[in-house]
Amino acid sequence: MQQDKNTAVVSVLGKDRVGIIAGISNLLSEYNININDISQTILDDIFTMVMIVDLKDVVIEESDISDKLRELGDKLGVQITIQHTELFNKMHRI
Amino acid sequence: MINEFEILETMKMFSEQHLDIRTITMGISLFDCCASTPEESCQKIYDKILRCAGRLVEVGDAISKKYNVPIIHKRISVTPISIVAAASGAKDYTMFAKTLDRAAKECGVNFVGGFSALVQKGYTKSDEILINSIPEALASTDFVCSSINLASTRTGINMDAVRDMGRIIKLTAEATKDRDAIGCAKLVVFANAPEDNPFMAGAFLGPGEPECVINVGISGPGVVKHALETVKGEDLGVVAETIKKAAFKITRVGELVAREASERLGVPFGIIDLSLAPTPAVGDSVARLLEEFGLETCGTWGTTAALAMLNDAVKKGGTMASSFVGGLSGAFIPVSEDEGMIAAAKSGSLLLEKLEAMTCVCSVGLDMIAIPGDTPATTISGIIADEMALGTFNNKTTAVRLIPVPGKGVGDSVEFGGLLGMAPIMPVNTQSCSDFINRGGRIPAPIHSMRN
Repeated sequence: MQQDKNTAVVSVLGKDRVGIIAGISNLLSEYNININDISQTILDDIFTMVMIVDLKDVVIEESDISDKLRELGDKLGVQITIQHTELFNKMHRI
Repeated sequence: MINEFEILETMKMFSEQHLDIRTITMGISLFDCCASTPEESCQKIYDKILRCAGRLVEVGDAISKKYNVPIIHKRISVTPISIVAAASGAKDYTMFAKTLDRAAKECGVNFVGGFSALVQKGYTKSDEILINSIPEALASTDFVCSSINLASTRTGINMDAVRDMGRIIKLTAEATKDRDAIGCAKLVVFANAPEDNPFMAGAFLGPGEPECVINVGISGPGVVKHALETVKGEDLGVVAETIKKAAFKITRVGELVAREASERLGVPFGIIDLSLAPTPAVGDSVARLLEEFGLETCGTWGTTAALAMLNDAVKKGGTMASSFVGGLSGAFIPVSEDEGMIAAAKSGSLLLEKLEAMTCVCSVGLDMIAIPGDTPATTISGIIADEMALGTFNNKTTAVRLIPVPGKGVGDSVEFGGLLGMAPIMPVNTQSCSDFINRGGRIPAPIHSMRN
């Protein structure tokens, strides 16, 4: 997965259903956020999708994206969070 | 490369294991707010706090959203008011407390610490005024916290101040008796108080600190407990290693948030306080974490050993994760704020004497413990004296935050609500120590204070 200073991790946890990826990619494109990578897997019986997205040309306040994704998650019945990539680099890499 | 496992692990830490940044505390020096009248000094204090901390809450919230990391509190610590108010000529410092309270409310923070005095060797006139103002100051404000440093390894113990603080704690309880003596929850006495502590009620900005600084306190007993659940039955070397790894990850989150807050606010980053600070929420308890070591109930034999190891391993993992570690750093063992401690105290397994032993190896001291309202002031001073001795002679920070609840006795409990939680009234040894306390004077510094 490509990571640099302007990327964030969008993670989706919950039950799989139609329209999750479509919904999220629509929302992201609306704010000019490019998806660099997507992977999905089943971990501990939970559907997990992880996207690395590029915030370089984003046209919305960072804190607002987080709210928009949470609202979308509520609608789709899954938990969607966006976290800046730096968090994971700091926690899991020396 | 970040993998899904790490992402999922991180998310669970926040969602299920209560990992959070407990507080971003902005330290603000008030040295330039001294003035020849109390009115002028209070105006300067108010203006300066608003100027420095006006954006603190907004920035904290923005960082919280960027990383999806809960940041529970935004707080302010200031230069001890006994120093700032000394030149003002005021005979009572309650108006300074009210000014701090007003400024805190305007900034949107939930506590401001620094209604404080450093009296380990003796009183200035101003220290005396401040200490006598504490009951009224804490009764007439909501967000102001007060702390008094009574002892240090370098200077010994100011037993006059220990005697006086027993009385002041009783008066503070009396002044806030309509709210179960909540004033005492905002009042702490220290030995070897750290000058950069971001945690309340003991936060103040020491005289050696910069103009303005960001200190961050982290938390996460739930994360460490969860990590220990994966090594059930393994030997204690494995346990220590597991705690270190968890502490490393927790501290890195704190470091990230601190650096970003410092950058956004244009204020230097001071320290990370890598503490395990419990809350009354289930799953966020230091007592339950100790029980995970293999103890039936916190307070039984083995508790002190487990706590010593926990405290040490947290520091070892944390110091690797951040270059600037300070404050209190270690495991907190407040009774009312910890669901497992409350249960252990209620069951009779956890007694005041055992808590005292635990404070020899934890990061602070006897914290948030409710005692009978009829406990004499000299007995409270005796408890403080013992705790100060532990800190002074063992070269560590210790503290006492006791709540003698008027009208209540053993078997009753007291409910503060929120993060302050609830506490069963714990029994106190009723034999008198008043002749000892009333001697006054100073306990000389221990021989190992002479290091030069």
